[in-house]
Order: sequence, then C-alpha cells, then structure tokens
Amino acid sequence: MFEIVNKKELNPTVTMMDIKAPLVAKKAQAGQFIILRVDEDGERIPLTVAGYDRENGTVKIIFQIVGGTTERLNHKQQGDFIQDFVGPLGKETKVDGLKKVCIVGGGVGCAIALPVAQRLHELGCEVHSIIGFRSKDLLILEDEFKAASDKLTIMTDDGSYGEKGLVTEPLKQALENGEKYDEVITIGPLIMMKFVVATTKPFDQKTTVSMNPIMIDGTGMCGGCRLTVGGETKFACVDGPDFDGFLVDFDEAMARSVMYKDFERKEHEEACNLFKGVE
Amino acid sequence: MPNMSPNKNPMPSQEPLVRAKNFFEVATGYSKETAIDEALRCLNCKNMPCVSGCPVKIHIPEFIAKIKEGEFEEAYQIISKSSSLPAVCGRVCPQESQCESKCVRGIKGEPVGIGRLERFVADWHNEHYNGEIQKPQSNGHKVAVIGSGPSGLTCAGDLAKKGYDVTVFEALHLAGGVLVYGIPEFRLPKKIVAKEVDTLKQLGVKVETNVVIGKTITVDELMNEMGFEAVFIGSGAGLPRFMNIPGESLKGVYSANEFLTRSNLMKAYNDDSHTPIMKGGKVAVVGGGNVAMDAARTALRLGADKVYIVYRRSMEELPARKEEVEHAIEEGIEFKLLNNPVKILGYNNPDDKRDMKNGCVIGMECVQMELGEPDEKGRRRPIEIEGSNFTIDLDTVIMAIGTSPNPLIKSTTEGLDVNNRGGIIVEEATGATTKQGVYAGGDAVTGAATVILAMGAGKTAAEAIDEYLSK
Ligand SMILES: Cc1cc2nc3c(=O)[nH]c(=O)nc-3n(C[C@H](O)[C@H](O)[C@H](O)COP(=O)(O)OP(=O)(O)OC[C@H]3O[C@@H](n4cnc5c(N)ncnc54)[C@H](O)[C@@H]3O)c2cc1C
Ligand code: FES
Repeated sequence: MFEIVNKKELNPTVTMMDIKAPLVAKKAQAGQFIILRVDEDGERIPLTVAGYDRENGTVKIIFQIVGGTTERLNHKQQGDFIQDFVGPLGKETKVDGLKKVCIVGGGVGCAIALPVAQRLHELGCEVHSIIGFRSKDLLILEDEFKAASDKLTIMTDDGSYGEKGLVTEPLKQALENGEKYDEVITIGPLIMMKFVVATTKPFDQKTTVSMNPIMIDGTGMCGGCRLTVGGETKFACVDGPDFDGFLVDFDEAMARSVMYKDFERKEHEEACNLFKGVE
Repeated sequence: MPNMSPNKNPMPSQEPLVRAKNFFEVATGYSKETAIDEALRCLNCKNMPCVSGCPVKIHIPEFIAKIKEGEFEEAYQIISKSSSLPAVCGRVCPQESQCESKCVRGIKGEPVGIGRLERFVADWHNEHYNGEIQKPQSNGHKVAVIGSGPSGLTCAGDLAKKGYDVTVFEALHLAGGVLVYGIPEFRLPKKIVAKEVDTLKQLGVKVETNVVIGKTITVDELMNEMGFEAVFIGSGAGLPRFMNIPGESLKGVYSANEFLTRSNLMKAYNDDSHTPIMKGGKVAVVGGGNVAMDAARTALRLGADKVYIVYRRSMEELPARKEEVEHAIEEGIEFKLLNNPVKILGYNNPDDKRDMKNGCVIGMECVQMELGEPDEKGRRRPIEIEGSNFTIDLDTVIMAIGTSPNPLIKSTTEGLDVNNRGGIIVEEATGATTKQGVYAGGDAVTGAATVILAMGAGKTAAEAIDEYLSK
C-alpha cells in the first residue's frame, strides 16, 4: 500500500498527488512513468512521473479525471492509501547535449512536460515553452513553467488567457522566423502531437513525442501498448515512451486509444454515481 | 488384485455446454473410491518406466501404492520429496508425453491416470492436512528470488526450508507468474496458487510485489547494496511474439498474454471488473499450444459466438496438452488446421473519419498449407499452397504464436550472458549463470516450456545456492 502524502487540485479536472514510494522516488527520471492500481480489483493505469523527491521518498503524479479509475483516484484524500504503485518504467527522456529546445505541451500533458523542461533548464539548456489549454480555468503550472523556461508562450483555445489559438501557431511562427532547435519535445493529446509533427516536418525540425497508450503490465509482457514506429512494431512501455515524431503512425495510435471508449464511458458514469451516493 | 480394466477411470467434469459458459474448473477431480480403483490399475513395475518419463523423477509407483492402501497423506509426502507443486502439476503437466507415455498399461489400453492421481493426492492433502508449518531456524543468509512463477516459488520454498532469509520480487501486483496471469481459472483455480504462496509466507519468505528488477532495483544493487548473497532469476518468458503481418495493430488484435492477463489477472470476466476486454462476436486464435487453447476457451466463456483455432500444421503436431484439445473440441471450438494467416482486415469508412468502427478487425485472410519434408527437429514443415487464400469474418484475433524471455534483466545486469534466443545461459546441473552468485531457471533460461521443468529448475538452483553459500 502506498500513502498519498499530499493532494492538490490544480484545476477542476486535474489533480496533483505526492505518493510515498521510496524505491520509485530513488530511481525516477523525467520522461518515465509509473503504473498504479487504486484499489483491489482496480484497473492498472500508467501515469507519467511529474516530479520526485528523493530525500522524502515521494513521487509526484498529475492526472486528469477522464474515466472511472481517475475518478476513484481523485476521490482518495491525503493520508489515504492506494493499492499498487510500480515503477519507474520506460526510458527517461534523452537530454544529454541539448542546447536549445522547444517544449510544446497541451492540457494535462504539460504536467508531464514540466519535469523535462526543468531538467533541461538545470542543465543550462535554453528552453522555449509553448503550453496550451482549452481555457483559463484549465491552466496549470504557469509559475513552474515560467521558472523553467527562457521564453514562455501560453495559448488558450478561447483566448481567455495568453494568446488565442493552438500551440502549433507560435511554433510555426518561430520556425518561419528561422528558429532552429536541437529538438522540439511535445507532450499532450495525440491529435495535438500529430499536428505539432505536421508543423515541424516541413522545416525538418527534429521532434520527439511522448506516447501514452493503453497499458497493463508496463514491462513488455502484454504488447497492448504497441505502436507502429517507422514501420516496425514497438512497445511504448519498454521502447518508449519517447519516439521520433516523424516515424510514429498517429492515426493507428489514435484508433487504438479509443478501443474501449464505450466501456470507459460506462465506468466513468458508474464511478460518478457511486460517489454521488456517498456524498 | 490389480484392476485390469483397459481404460482409465474417467475424470468427472462439468458438461461441455454448461462449462463453456462459466469459469469454474472443468475437471472436478476423482473421489476417494475412484482414486483407489485407478491406483489398482498400477502394476508396480520393478523397473518403473513411468519415473524415467517424469522430468523431476517423482517416485510414482511408490505414491500410487500408498493410494491403494488409502494412505493419502503418505502418498503426498512421497510426491513432495520431488515436487513442490503437485496440485498444480497434477492439473497442467502434459502427462501423455511424460510419465504416462511410458506406462506399461498404455501398450494395450490406456495408461494409469498418473496425473489424475497426483491431483487427487494433492487436493486431499490441501483439504485435510492441518499440521502446522514450522518456520525454520534462520541461518542468517539472504537470498533474492526474481519472479514468482513456478521456478521462483519452488526455489524460494526450498531455500526457506533450509533456513535462508528469502525475499521474492515480483513485477506484477500478484504473485504466481503464469499460474495467475496466464493459465485460466477453469483449468487451475487461483486459490490453489494462493495457497502455495501463503505456505511460503508461513515459512518466512517475504514477497515484494510491484518491484520490477532492472527498473525499480537492479541485480547489482540487490547484491552490492541490499546484502543479498545470491540471486535466483525466474523471470519467465513473457515477451509476446507477433507475426509481423499487415493489420496486427488493428483494434481487436491481442497477444494471448494481453487477452489472458485482462481476463485472469485483471478479472475482466467478472462483470464488475474495471478492466475492459472485447467480448462476443467471432474470434480466431492463431497458434496450437496450451496458450492458444486457453485463449480460445476463455474467449468462448466471455461470450463469443464462434471461436476458431487457426494452426499451420495438422492435429498431430498440435503442441497443446491432449486433454485441453479434447476439451476445446467438446466445447465447440472449431479447428482450422493447415491454415496460416497472411493479413488481418480492418474496417474503414472513407466517408466518415470519426466512425468508431474504423480500424476494427472485420476478418482475416489465410492461406492453406500442406506438410512437406521434416525439419531438423523431425517436424514436417508447413508449406503454403499457392492461390488457396480465403477470408474468415472476425471481430477479434488473438496471437498465441509464442513468447521469448524479456531482455529487461539482461540489459541491466553486468556480466549476465544470454543465448541468441534471449535465454539466460546456465550450467545445467546447478543453474549457475555467467555471473557469480546469480542463478537462473525456468522459462527465462529455456524459453517457453512447462511448469514442471520450471519447478525442477527452481529445485536444482536452490540446492546449488545452498552449496554455494555453505562454503
Ligand atoms: C496461457 C499459458 C498456458 C500454459 N499452460 C501450461 C500447461 O498446461 N502445462 C505446463 O506445464 N505449462 C504451461 N504453460 C507454461 C508454463 O506456465 C511456464 O512454462 C511456467 O510458468 C514457467 O515458469 P517460470 O517460473 O519460469 O516463469 P513464469 O511463470 O513466467 O513467472 C515469471 C514471473 O516473473 C515475473 N517477472 C518477470 N520479469 C521480472 C522482473 N524484471 N522483475 C520482477 N519480476 C519479474 C513475471 O511477472 C512473472 O510473474 C502455459 C503458459 C501459458 C502462458
Ligand atoms: S504495457 Fe504490456 S507490453 Fe507494454
């Protein structure tokens, strides 16, 4: 059992937790993920490591409440325990030798992008961050990004904060103005990453994407997390989660990601009803 | 007087059409009377041919003699000298190609039902024995066991009995390896595995789930920082193979490991499980081993309308246990033999990109095969019959064409050598790897094999580790 030592709501649909997991905290690196089960008979879900405190033995996770499992997780409070927490899994994001990077994050993906930005910033890399949200009330981690970036652009779909528009717009502008990055690193919804890649490709701007498909074990045992990358089958949990964006088959990944949509919708509704009953 | 009936006592089982809709155990086991009657078929041959067919050399005629006398606990004690998991092996061993294949009674009829008797004895023990398990006196030596499948559980148990301080590290949230995530409830009830794990805990073994060796902790850290003097690697062969044919990433294509893990470990067969799985419709399982049979029969129980086994050789070459094939046929699974998939077909609505059915499996194109010359292993090689392609309508495809050892531990452990198939290289008599103090056994060494071989390898390594640490 793993204790929730801290819980904070970042916005109405995104929650942050620090989980006591000393073995994971000791090893975790930016870009890696963990798999958790909220309670006995729960589903196993992957969440990216959003930070770690090696001294106190805690790992930070940030999640969006999108389905039954995240709903159940969000219902746990500080001091409660979650059943299982295993990691760190996957490969860390490669940061060695990078001098200038553009981080493009969307929605809750920004939580995953932040530790990468922080790590790069620590290493003295020039970090330009472009983070996008649907609207102002969904904005998260603004201060943290500000601290980790040499340049920060905030976008909202409805223009309620920062600039109005999609994250690809300032990215395209920068590239058109002749900006050259060692790498663009993008983390967010599949559709956003697909368009980021479509934006960088004409400029032949190297782009790394962070994939987060459906997973079970996270150790290469089930193959459920497989993606087609450059025509080859890859397991995101062990070969990734980072891949060369130009090579990923996004349409396939998008189709696979909604494989259980009906089931998930039902689960989410059930979880909501369950908690309505309790409160 | 021996019982000279040419046939085994039949195994009491659930009716095929009933069991095809539930997950309860198919075979319900011999009664006391039937067990004694079956035991009486054993001629107690002096040269004991059956023992030569047993990978761990259980003293078969001896334990059967005890059954004849109604001394079931004594029979159990004889088996447990050579095997740690009789309740498991009695259910899942391929007896027809091991002990029973050598039985003299099999020359003019059916062999003695050795597997069924082993199961009876183990179940009897589990039900009736209530002697306390004594935690042995500690000898102060620490050993780590990686993986909680049959090899790891056996190695841990044997070492604990000798007084070692043993910790088992398991990547998943539940101990048992393939016995809990792969082999379904209807063939091996999970409470049997849970009992084995529980016995280990009573012996003082610590079981740490949720630890992936190579990620959470490395083998070198276990030895250099955490004070383990020896390590046993029983990490299995969990990496699924795919065929690399078009369409394998469509929605509705699973590896058998994923399909079975969702159903068994994550209990997707339970209506209130929070883990989804595709149910119903038409399902094809590609492959012919135990894994394929388990996946096919699980799909049926989850509510499939039609289940096919697609296998590229013929009935004779099917590597699955005979009993499982018979059960599968009785339950109505259709065998499409001498067929090989070439392509999985998906739905595509060009007018509506958002159509949820886009990318779902709708069928599979196969080609017919014929058997040609035997290969090095003597198995006749399947050859495609040109132009014989045809299509089956499907909703789900499950690939059960084999697994190989996971490279995770190898790639994070200095000095641990593997062969070209990814199996850890060991000295056969001891299980010693190329790294000092590190031993290995089971599927991690051999590639996908059997429970009994994994169990035997765990025993061998436990003895070698004891010798190594007693020096
Ligand atoms: C569906 C199915 C049906 C089968 N049917 C039969 C049958 O009828 N008869 C038969 O004899 N055999 C059968 N087998 C084969 C048999 O189950 C295996 O040969 C046997 O379980 C191998 O045992 P093992 O101890 O080597 O490994 P496993 O049982 O594979 O256990 C390995 C364990 O190690 C864990 N692990 C792996 N990597 C790590 C790591 N890095 N850190 C920590 N833990 C790790 C895994 O999670 C797993 O729990 C079947 C296999 C399958 C998949
Ligand atoms: S999650 Fe199972 S192989 Fe990646």
